[in-house]
Amino acid sequence: MDNLAFIRNTMEAAGSFTAVSGWGMVAIGVLAIAVAVGAGQQASRELALGIWLGSAVLSALVMLWAIVRKARASRMPLLSGPGRKFVLSFSPPMVVGALLTLVLFRAGLLEAIPGMWLLLYGTAVVAGGAFSVKIVPVMGLCFMAAGVIALFTPVSWTQWILGVAFGGLHVGFGVPIARSHGG
Amino acid sequence: MRRAPARRAEELDRLIHERMRLGIVSALAVNDSLSFSDLKKLMGTTDGNLSVHARKLEEAEYIACKKSFEGRMPRTQYRLTASGRSALERYLDHMEALIRVTRDR
Repeated sequence: MDNLAFIRNTMEAAGSFTAVSGWGMVAIGVLAIAVAVGAGQQASRELALGIWLGSAVLSALVMLWAIVRKARASRMPLLSGPGRKFVLSFSPPMVVGALLTLVLFRAGLLEAIPGMWLLLYGTAVVAGGAFSVKIVPVMGLCFMAAGVIALFTPVSWTQWILGVAFGGLHVGFGVPIARSHGG
Repeated sequence: MRRAPARRAEELDRLIHERMRLGIVSALAVNDSLSFSDLKKLMGTTDGNLSVHARKLEEAEYIACKKSFEGRMPRTQYRLTASGRSALERYLDHMEALIRVTRDR
């Protein structure tokens, strides 16, 4: 019994969460590029942020579906071992991001929201990516760098930066992940 | 006829029954390959101890070793072979059977 527990613990410690879907990332990247174009044409910043928020919910659903599909195809349990660690590390920065969005919106600091989104999404990806394949935390660092750029550049650049980051980085990293790690 | 647990226990693959070797095989079962330093960190052991156990698994052809250089640094990469994977599966089957027989008594 003890040996079986030892085998399971060793496998959990040594394994990585490989169900991160590269094709799912490509899909949400393409969606983000379309959203950046659409949101960039809005006169109201509130409306543009609303469009991004709506697309974030849609992207989360698309990604969840893609991850479940990939995990089922590779017969990998989703919420045991590395998968559980991935979720536990990825979620807190995302929850903080949602709360800060509300706080900054109520304070009227709309220009700080996109940079904060990118920084915290990058933080979530770096933290969760520690339990996934090596390329995932690298992508997280790129999002964090984009967040810093968004916070310290003119507001008029925001939609471009969001499009390049959420669109370009997801597509750019999604393709090699899909090709090298089974979808 | 149902065999006694003691008889079943004797059939266990002694080569991977040892903790360190069981750990190496289990870790490699969930990775395409792992470097010597990855395995050392994971198993929390010394270079010498890991080398000894890895060599025994290599001699049994349960794992394969590939040596290369990264710049001037030597790099040793291990992967589980097909017979190593079968040995682990057999071992798990034996353990499960052993537990079942013990419970039934």
